[in-house]
Amino acid sequence: MIRVAVQAAAIDVAAEYAGHDAGGHGASASFVGRVRGDDGLVELFLEHHPLLTERGLIALGEEAAARWNLAALTLIHRVGAMVPGDTIVLVLASSAHRAEALAACEYLIDRLKTDVMLWKRETFADGRAAWVEERGSDRERAERWE
Amino acid sequence: MALEIVYFAWVRERMGMAAEMVELPAGIATIGDLVRWLAARDERGARAFAEPQRIRAAVGGAMVGPDTPIGDAVEVALFPPVTGG
Repeated sequence: MIRVAVQAAAIDVAAEYAGHDAGGHGASASFVGRVRGDDGLVELFLEHHPLLTERGLIALGEEAAARWNLAALTLIHRVGAMVPGDTIVLVLASSAHRAEALAACEYLIDRLKTDVMLWKRETFADGRAAWVEERGSDRERAERWE
Repeated sequence: MALEIVYFAWVRERMGMAAEMVELPAGIATIGDLVRWLAARDERGARAFAEPQRIRAAVGGAMVGPDTPIGDAVEVALFPPVTGG
């Protein structure tokens, strides 16, 4: 019921959706996060822990399943080098009713940003590279769920 | 006591390594103690851990605070605030 993956390969949103929705659930909510090409960004690199990043996603999925009555959950995060337009993260949450699916989907993406071992490094067209700083607004959104 | 420390993102870059095995001196009991010890140990540690409030830690998959005892952990991860999603 909970599918979690941390992968270097491109996320195939259509294939993931087809697999997730095989149960014919009443309501499915989705979130797709993509790399933005702001300020001349040419590469986004996602660093991760070989074991604990996936374990963190599993823990989040289990927490969502305990909070809401979910029929299926898919949580996939890409790692390694990406370019603008690539999908970084996919969240699919299904339930009999929309309220639970929507809430679980929002919870998962909010908490993922502050609780899971992943780090973004941006490289720009002029060769400049920098690690992304934590955003206070992300922390505030995640704390709403506590 | 032998402990493996793994580093990520700019902490890894400033330390110049992804992981190391250390023999903890007596008196290093908590995550905060470990960070202070690394900061005082050499120049790389001083650069990586100059701002302890920007350092996060995980033991066995759980995020832990500076007051958490290292206990019998075999691996401690030290890293900047996470930025996934």
